[in-house]
Amino acid sequence: MRDTHKETVVNLALGLGLLLVPLWALWADQPFTITLATRIAILALAGVGLNLILGFGGMVSFGHAVFFGVGGYVAGILSQHATSGVPVLGLPGSNQMLVIWPVAMLVAGLLAAAIGALSLRTEGIFFIMITLAFAQMVYYFAISWPAYGGEDGLPLVLRNRFPGLNTMRPWHLFLVAWGVLMVVLGAMAALRASRFGAALMAIRQNPERAAAVGINPYGVKLVAFVISGMVTGLAGALMADLSRFASPAMMAWTMSGELIVIIILGGTGRLFGPLAGAAILVGFEVTFGGMTEHWKLWLGLVLLAVVLFARGGLIGALAGRARHG
Amino acid sequence: MRLRTTLAASAAALTLGTGAAWADPVTVGLITTLSGGGAGIGTDIRDGFQLALTMAGGDAIHLVVEDDGQRPEQAVQIADRMIQSERADILTGIIFSNLAMAVVPSVVAQDVFYVSPNAGPSPLAGAGCNPLYFNAAWQNDMLHEASGAYAGANGMVNTFILAPNYPAGTDALTGFKRRYTGTVAGEIYTQLGQTDYAAEIAQIRASGADSVFIFLPGGMGISFMRQYAQSGVDIPVISTAFTVGQDNLPAMGDAALNVINSGQWAPDTDNDANRAFVTAFRAAYGRTPSIYASQSYDTANLILSAIAAADVEDRDAFRAALRAADFTSVRGDFAFGNNQHPIQDVYMRQVVMADGEITNRTLGLAIEDYQDVFAAQCTME
Amino acid sequence: MPVTLALIFEQMLNGVQFGLMLFLMSAGLTLVFGVMGLINLAHGSLYMLGAFFCAAGAAATGNFWLGLVAGTAAAAAAGALIEVSVIRRLYTRDHLDQVLATFALILILSEGTKMVFGPFPLYLNVPPILSGTVDLGLTPYSVYRLALIGFGLAVALGLWLLIGKTRLGIRIRAGENDREMIAALGVNIRALYTLVFALGAALAGLAGALVGAVQSVQVGMGEPVLILAFVVIVIGGIGSIKGAMVGALIVGVIDTMGRFLLPRIFATFMEASDASGLGAALASMLIYVVMALVLILRPKGLFPAHA
Repeated sequence: MRDTHKETVVNLALGLGLLLVPLWALWADQPFTITLATRIAILALAGVGLNLILGFGGMVSFGHAVFFGVGGYVAGILSQHATSGVPVLGLPGSNQMLVIWPVAMLVAGLLAAAIGALSLRTEGIFFIMITLAFAQMVYYFAISWPAYGGEDGLPLVLRNRFPGLNTMRPWHLFLVAWGVLMVVLGAMAALRASRFGAALMAIRQNPERAAAVGINPYGVKLVAFVISGMVTGLAGALMADLSRFASPAMMAWTMSGELIVIIILGGTGRLFGPLAGAAILVGFEVTFGGMTEHWKLWLGLVLLAVVLFARGGLIGALAGRARHG
Repeated sequence: MRLRTTLAASAAALTLGTGAAWADPVTVGLITTLSGGGAGIGTDIRDGFQLALTMAGGDAIHLVVEDDGQRPEQAVQIADRMIQSERADILTGIIFSNLAMAVVPSVVAQDVFYVSPNAGPSPLAGAGCNPLYFNAAWQNDMLHEASGAYAGANGMVNTFILAPNYPAGTDALTGFKRRYTGTVAGEIYTQLGQTDYAAEIAQIRASGADSVFIFLPGGMGISFMRQYAQSGVDIPVISTAFTVGQDNLPAMGDAALNVINSGQWAPDTDNDANRAFVTAFRAAYGRTPSIYASQSYDTANLILSAIAAADVEDRDAFRAALRAADFTSVRGDFAFGNNQHPIQDVYMRQVVMADGEITNRTLGLAIEDYQDVFAAQCTME
Repeated sequence: MPVTLALIFEQMLNGVQFGLMLFLMSAGLTLVFGVMGLINLAHGSLYMLGAFFCAAGAAATGNFWLGLVAGTAAAAAAGALIEVSVIRRLYTRDHLDQVLATFALILILSEGTKMVFGPFPLYLNVPPILSGTVDLGLTPYSVYRLALIGFGLAVALGLWLLIGKTRLGIRIRAGENDREMIAALGVNIRALYTLVFALGAALAGLAGALVGAVQSVQVGMGEPVLILAFVVIVIGGIGSIKGAMVGALIVGVIDTMGRFLLPRIFATFMEASDASGLGAALASMLIYVVMALVLILRPKGLFPAHA
């Protein structure tokens, strides 16, 4: 049980750290640090979604960026239609985050249901490739479809609104992102501890055995895939507000790769892993990017070193092996 | 810990000083693509800007350069950092329109100037124009319109047109058709980043066209021209500096010879400022500058001229100083329109082998005092 | 313009040529995955290295063929070096770690190439004997593209002989089926794996050099081809050279014909520029649609290597 306590401590430190650093930045008048922290929180949220099926469920999806992008576009499209007043698919646009988030999650969830239903018939490398294929299809469609900007993407003139806060201010937007992240992490913890979580774990370890005790592997995996898509979609909607634009680049396969990198850096399957990983990745980009134009070389070397020598990611290094599961 | 280019040290030998030499240096953030396929253009943009600062001497500008990796997210993040942490008053450098569309609105919303050395998307020239946004290069449609005008006026009556399927590509073909007076033998949108053009070249061959207009920047253009040269299709190609500029020509080699293309500048543009620029660039970097380097050089000199005339903290005064465009451009005449995009002469050039180097030679004027069509949609006066 | 027999013939040849170059890429990838169970995202970087070293070699010697040898050899050497230093540690790891490690290699190799060769694309030209066109009766066709078809078929034949008729080939096939067994039978696994990886790298480098002569030799040229190669081996079946050939030809022909025909099909009931845009959009999605269909019907590809 000691390892579990260690991990809880590490998780608390990470969650609080992510809150305290921007708090300090607010006091020290460093708005960029707050923006960075918001970015970390949102990327972490995207990773949390993927981590459910990849880390916890053992399904390597190389196309998860498609949900990230779809969530972003939902936010952008609803926001644009709210500004212009023109209804979309018969419904009015909206620039309220509390309206946009459920819509983004719904759309991402439906897409995940469609993609998952087909992809989960395969496994291993084939699953990796077919998820990539679906993501590429949507990506090329988004580039070619001129109605919402094509490759140029879709700008959000103003950030969407959250009641009681002024989201144009970095600190307020950060609070929104951090709050959402913590709520989702709590939900994930509950999910993992639930019967559904146990079923998912059982399927990852031994599908035949799980089927023998009456668990339906395909059904459980599909539900997990849909939930994971919804969470990543929510992150995409938040990212569209942070950057104030949505673009096909959010769906590129390199973005899917980045999500996987975040999970591994933090610790595959660990609850707070994506948070640690996002912090590390963004930190490196900012540090190395400011130092040299060859920053990608150093980033590659560091990633390689982590894979080869730090197998459990950051949380693995700090908190030991995962509790048995 | 930042990649700084403090010019005071390097310009010691050339200290000419500027009008406001006693004021604090103005921080200029240059965000451009220094990795991946677009790195060549980004290198030219960076080098052109730095050369202007070196030649002007003094330390009026404190330059911060960073790589956007051709990712919109990255560019927005870097822009935020430059504004919020480095306290930059002016940003510049972006090559690609999709990155510009992401970054520019965010920059001007934070009350910071943006002067584009390249990307000129139409939304920012029309309804989206902004007092803090200047474009020292062009509006994206300009070169295509010039080629269209030239084609129609020079015996090309049945042109096959081709561009990648993304906003800049659709704008290119729309721009070409705007001033082209002949018929279109065929119109194809290729895939962005496509490398194999055999299918398209076969269709060109079968179409009976008398000319081909292409917009294929970067590696796409190199692939197309090489394959076109191997295909036996002999129809003359007309294009723009985006495709057969100095950044691409060395890799294309003979395949690009004789292609007629439009550009507001060529290495042989006939004025003293340009001769000095090209000589200095060759001496400093060992290669002939591209049109992107010339634009970036002009951007730097434009900013320097404004710094000499006004204080950047006074946004209105500085804006007026920029609008005055009181600097010597290497392309010749330069003035801003109401949407703060250039009004300039556009020339036709031809790719030739000169002194053992493949480069562009100016043929003649294509459009005089060109102004983009989107200026009318901009409500600034 | 009308769709003539000559046009269709030319496009079919184009599709076959594109497919055969894809085959060179995919053969290496499928071998490595089949024998070592390793997903190698850096395969595209090996393709890029082949092109860069060919360009450098051809520029230094003035001879394309020497450049070709240089490119292939450099890619093989890079492959061997990478295998010994990095890849070897990944065989026992799961796919996720392999994906991340080889993704990191892409970053290192791309930036490294830029540091060595500079940021601008390199010049590489087709050798004089292979330039120009030849009249094929129905249509003139580029000599170089015919040569690429020839190269592709020759390599395919060579691989078939290698895998089917040599002792190395037997070991490779045995290794695909049961790794522990061939180790137990005394085959030097480490040397075999390095050799297979280097062979795959050489094939990728050769493809890069050959294709680089008619495309742009620039950093990042390998990644789009890498994705296509994965599509090919997934359609064809992991570990199967025959599958790679069939998959590559399917992808090559469908992609080429799709780009050619889809806009025309749409133009029959839509306005010309809309049809062109929509057709182009669908054409770029087409091979992924095909791959998804194949996987739905045959979840392990067309010719799965394992029974």
